[in-house]
Amino acid sequence: MGQTIAQKIFAAHLRDEPFDGTYVLDLDRVLCHEITTPVAIADLEWRGKDRVFDPSKIKAVIDHVTPAKDSKTAIQGKILREWAGRHEIPDFFDVGQNGVCHVLFPEKGFIRPGYTVIMGDSHTCTHGAFGAFAAGVGTTDLEVGILKGVCAFRKPASILVNISGQLQDQVVSKDVILNVIKQLGVNGATDHVIEFRGPVVDAMSMDARMTLTNMAIEAGGTCGICWPDQVTVDYLWPFISEEYASKEAALADFSKWHSDPDAEYDRVLDIDVTDLEPQVTYDYKPDCVKTAREMKDAPIDQVYIGTCTNGRLEDLQQAAEVLKGRKLAPGVRGILSPASPKIFREAMDQGILAIFMEAGFCITNPTCGACLGMSNGVLAPGEACAATSNRNFQGRMGQGGMVHLMSPATAAASGIKGVVTDPRDI
Amino acid sequence: MNRTFGGPAIYLDRSDINTDEIIPARYLTEVTKDALKPYLLEDLTLEGFDPQGEPLQQAGVIITRKNFGCGSSREHAPWALEVNGIYTVIAEGYARIFRQNMFNCGMLAIEMPASDIDRLFALQQQGGVEISIDLVAQKLTAKAGEKEENFQFPLTPFDKALVEAGGWVEFADARY
Repeated sequence: MGQTIAQKIFAAHLRDEPFDGTYVLDLDRVLCHEITTPVAIADLEWRGKDRVFDPSKIKAVIDHVTPAKDSKTAIQGKILREWAGRHEIPDFFDVGQNGVCHVLFPEKGFIRPGYTVIMGDSHTCTHGAFGAFAAGVGTTDLEVGILKGVCAFRKPASILVNISGQLQDQVVSKDVILNVIKQLGVNGATDHVIEFRGPVVDAMSMDARMTLTNMAIEAGGTCGICWPDQVTVDYLWPFISEEYASKEAALADFSKWHSDPDAEYDRVLDIDVTDLEPQVTYDYKPDCVKTAREMKDAPIDQVYIGTCTNGRLEDLQQAAEVLKGRKLAPGVRGILSPASPKIFREAMDQGILAIFMEAGFCITNPTCGACLGMSNGVLAPGEACAATSNRNFQGRMGQGGMVHLMSPATAAASGIKGVVTDPRDI
Repeated sequence: MNRTFGGPAIYLDRSDINTDEIIPARYLTEVTKDALKPYLLEDLTLEGFDPQGEPLQQAGVIITRKNFGCGSSREHAPWALEVNGIYTVIAEGYARIFRQNMFNCGMLAIEMPASDIDRLFALQQQGGVEISIDLVAQKLTAKAGEKEENFQFPLTPFDKALVEAGGWVEFADARY
């Protein structure tokens, strides 16, 4: 029987199988941010186990509320900062260097095909874009990961999502994933890895693939995963050029993380995206999805472009293309959060930030910010936001607010019109 | 860990209750579990449910529908239950991270088929429902007035070991 990519990664990392169906895996990466890690640190201290299994495999960032907004968030940052210093964790990113974790860590070359990755953050599944098994976990799993370098999982059953056809102009990976979630439902992939394949995925950049895998959790998925290929090699090359004699050698090595042709899937979802239109959510669950044209005229008070889903350079470029020479509709607030300092810099050099500013946007530092209503950009009751983020739960961006999830181009178009708008209708 | 499972039940008759509803993100700036206590289910809007009401204050068990705890990985959600004395949730199913977080904390996320959940909901008509749990026999008894219903529930050996060990830190520390 052939194996899926997830099964291969499990087999290569299996430390223990304490019970049938329980797999304890060795971890290559334990990622940390200041919201869910300080409690783990405090508990380790309380237990007299203030240790880390391997400082080089732990990466930490302050990203959810940064710079600190009050004493409580300052304390969270301080706990993480002091812990990283105490354990000599070389890769700790603080104000000035910090960005949204799932954007910053891949950009630094920390994620590789075949890796096992955990983080106390549900969107850790993003890192599966590199052919890694990456799962969001709670603080206790994170704590054990920090201390012992292991995490327990159930059997990695997989759902294959095969994406074929030709995406139309202005239709992007965010539209694809919103449509996949609509088809799977919010718990359609619970306890499953979603393997994204097909010619449409092959043609996607790493930025676009990360948008796909980022939202696997919104269908309940443990991880979203793509096969590592030439695109992956090209992205990682600055970080791996000393490990491999050539890109061909890297590609040959990475291809061991491809599912076997006779691997078994619990479910196969074939999607032809040729007729797919820009997608928008309309209610408080990410599987409540309609086309932008069906949602036409739903009012917008705020546009938010950024987050671990769509705060990458390609996303900013797509939004800027729509915004160029145009302005936000009267009464609409625009917030742009480039997701990392590198993206901020490149967007500045390419004149993208100027386009956003001329359109009337406020630009914030790289942070999770408005996405979960913890720091800037909180909505007032009754307000609606066109957001490139991943979650539209009731109250997510502020009590009584409504979040419509959509692509950067659709968000930009909606901001210009003041109502949900298909970017092709601009 | 000496922990009593069971107690008075509160019913949340909805699927897909998410972690933002269990404990909103604005309280994630807290670094102790106890600080979460007043905010449990604060953002849940559900007919007949009052987050400040007596039924929730007295509850030891939550009975709900499908996909409970979906969304964020925040373990603050099980902790908010824990500091309110709710160590047991009974549902048709859970989001993976929430379910694992429950057992990792040495708490019970019991999964039962829809027909059993329906029976539990029907019992609510009799008035206050009291749940008692026999972990060894994996048996659950629900009593309301004169009426009593019995159920079996599944637990994987790993779930059981985590509850018995008092959570994943204790289990992992002893073993790895």
